[in-house]
Amino acid sequence: MSFHWKIAAAAAALAASVGAAGAQGTLKAVMHSDVKIVDPIWTTAYITRNHGYMIYDTLFAMDEKGEIKPQMVDKYDESADKLTYTFTLRDGLVWHDGPPVTAEDCIASIKRWSARDALGQKLMSFVDSMTANDAKTFTVKLKSPTGLLIFGLGKPSSNVPFMMPKRVADTDPNTQISEFIGSGPFVFKRDEWKPGDKAVYVKFDKYKPRSEPASGMSGGKVVKLDRVEWLAIADQQQALNALLAGEIDYYEQPPIDLLPLLKGDSNVKLVNYNPLGLQYTFRPNHLQKPFDNPKVRQALFYAFNQKDFLDATIGNPEYYKVCKAMFVCGNPLASEKGMEGLLESNFAKSRELLKEANYDGTPIVLLHSTDLASLTNLAPVAKSLMEKGGFKVDMQSSDWQTVVARRVKKDPANAGGWHGMLTAWVSADILNPVMTGFVNASCDKASFGWPCDETMEKLRDDFARATDPAKQKEIAEAVQMREREIVTHIHLGQYVQPIGARKNVNGILSAPAPVFWNISK
Amino acid sequence: MFGYILRRLIATAPVMLIVAVFVFLMLRLTPGDPAAIIAGDNANAEQIAAIRNRLGLDEPIVTQFFIWLGNLLRGDFGESFFFKKTVAELVASRLEPTLALSVATITIAVCVAVPLGVLAAYKQGTVIDKIVMGFSVLGFSVPVFVIGYSLIYLFAIKLNWVPVQGYQRIGDGFGGFLQRLILPSVTLSIIYIALIARMTRTSVLDVMGEDYIRTARAKGQVEIKVLFKHALKNAAVPIVTVIGLGIALLIGGVVVTESVFSIPGLGRLTVDAVLARDYPTIQAVILLFSFVYVLINLLVDVAYTLFDPRIRY
Repeated sequence: MSFHWKIAAAAAALAASVGAAGAQGTLKAVMHSDVKIVDPIWTTAYITRNHGYMIYDTLFAMDEKGEIKPQMVDKYDESADKLTYTFTLRDGLVWHDGPPVTAEDCIASIKRWSARDALGQKLMSFVDSMTANDAKTFTVKLKSPTGLLIFGLGKPSSNVPFMMPKRVADTDPNTQISEFIGSGPFVFKRDEWKPGDKAVYVKFDKYKPRSEPASGMSGGKVVKLDRVEWLAIADQQQALNALLAGEIDYYEQPPIDLLPLLKGDSNVKLVNYNPLGLQYTFRPNHLQKPFDNPKVRQALFYAFNQKDFLDATIGNPEYYKVCKAMFVCGNPLASEKGMEGLLESNFAKSRELLKEANYDGTPIVLLHSTDLASLTNLAPVAKSLMEKGGFKVDMQSSDWQTVVARRVKKDPANAGGWHGMLTAWVSADILNPVMTGFVNASCDKASFGWPCDETMEKLRDDFARATDPAKQKEIAEAVQMREREIVTHIHLGQYVQPIGARKNVNGILSAPAPVFWNISK
Repeated sequence: MFGYILRRLIATAPVMLIVAVFVFLMLRLTPGDPAAIIAGDNANAEQIAAIRNRLGLDEPIVTQFFIWLGNLLRGDFGESFFFKKTVAELVASRLEPTLALSVATITIAVCVAVPLGVLAAYKQGTVIDKIVMGFSVLGFSVPVFVIGYSLIYLFAIKLNWVPVQGYQRIGDGFGGFLQRLILPSVTLSIIYIALIARMTRTSVLDVMGEDYIRTARAKGQVEIKVLFKHALKNAAVPIVTVIGLGIALLIGGVVVTESVFSIPGLGRLTVDAVLARDYPTIQAVILLFSFVYVLINLLVDVAYTLFDPRIRY
């Protein structure tokens, strides 16, 4: 480089540094995805959920112990027959455009959320009426007692029951909202939102945090930053380079295989913000032969073992956990009951079951997504284990979005349909039998895979009615026992995804979703 | 000439129509369902159908096509399935980075490649010629992303002269704009430098033996004037063709470069839209690219008349 070039580069660097000097309270983050959709009720996309936590608040929230605590709600009363709940909102709650949050706003928000969310729909089947008593209180009357009301209103992951102004919440649930006004700790700068480039949030000065310390998604949401920018950097290596160079402060999902690069840099730290992490899952299609036969599905439980999947995808045992509990290790409902002898790659038993089921060697069409690093290696491992267990497997590779489109097709596997696919769930979405979408065995109303089992549905209904934690755990175990028989899906182990952050970034909370209150730099 | 340009512009319409039909059909035949992507993992068939209905994807393909075409003729490119924005807004917001990157790339490429090519021709058979041609082969052979990562490693990470990634709009400060643009432009220009330098060398060599070059030298013209005024001007038609082709090929180059350098331009928009099966956005961007392609071809044809007065339309 010539002397003139050096001068030019130095001048440009100086200009850039001068430009950045005024942004001391700005945190620059790269999230796992760009913010495309900004309606957290319309989609379950996690990036939209995270956006929701920035600008909206919730009536209840889950703390770091997994307990549901009041958030926007100041206090609530429960009648002796557990059929009437009266909620009183906290003082000082206001929307970003000025008016106070009212009970009517909350009722409209609950209605819109429950029209989209599976748990919300279940909850509404118990609700008799919701009435605003005055500006700050409202009453929910139930047809029969349920433990889902408080839990549902504090549901931590997609879809989260975020509160919106009534005029916004009255939007048809199948149509995206067009106003992004919340009462949460940050204000969304719509004028600065450039899809594919960045989303900007600034501190909401009128937000009144609770007095309790922040814990998980609950407690005082104290904002210590003036501004948070979510930058869209699609290339993972580049996001990592940007973190190492100090151009960004926070990288939500650095690839596991690149973590050693971050560990080796003294200016960067790794923070495991979500100890429950994620769970890998295999989903069989119950409509297609041979998976319409429970014995064939049970053979999968014997052929698979979690360690092989986790080794192939995560590699480093520091970041994964072999866990036979369907409702996630670390969760109060976790149990290994009914899992004895399963997930241990007992190929002989798998072959025996296939023989009993008269499996005729029909090739299993296994969908393999090739463009998501965290999922790519799952299908090849499944193929190998299934073949050892006596299955014939036809693994078909495509990009993830093609898998997403194909998995909702009920066509025969050799005509564009499928037999099996693999994915990952954020643990916060699968904490109990009602939340866990794959346990839903309501036939056509179930999600893709379409399991159909009256007993399972009865158990899920019982869980919804149970209000006592001990009873809930008992039912969750019964669900797991039933799962062993009907095999709605197979859980393939848990892993965590640490955040990469600059050393000067402090206060990252342990929570089911990444949140930006309490963080300082 | 005016009549020719008008005729060519009118001829653009059927070309664009064919592109529109082709793009529309290709997208509908490609596996993928935007409604399923939007609905997420928990959605049941009913919810997916509701989204499909709202997006108009449950209409017969022919109906969908004519609705889209009708809107297009009224200048309405539709609304993105994902972003709560019109496609026109999205494209407009992505235009500046791509234009800046393309103009900077072609400027660098032409300014470096043409003198290099002329020099290689002038020094034919010497070490300089071999170095230029060696660089040219290398420039062709190494993928853009490899060049990009190598330059980032050297200039951004090791030397810390420029930022690793990102784009700053020109309105937010020229210093930052230039600082962020230089590395991607240089990265992308290398392949075009190789292409144009090689073509310039060949074209100049073709005319160096012509009578008018000998005449110019006999008249005592200095060599630089002979090369750039007489040789280069007469060799310009194929060079201009290659530059025009290069501009058209840039469309592919910016997709990769914008992804590597995290530049929020049309290339990134295209990739994001394809991955999300955002039909209205993909259709609009491909139509725009096609129109630019056709327009560049027209400009190249017109440019021929400037360099070679014998060409008449």
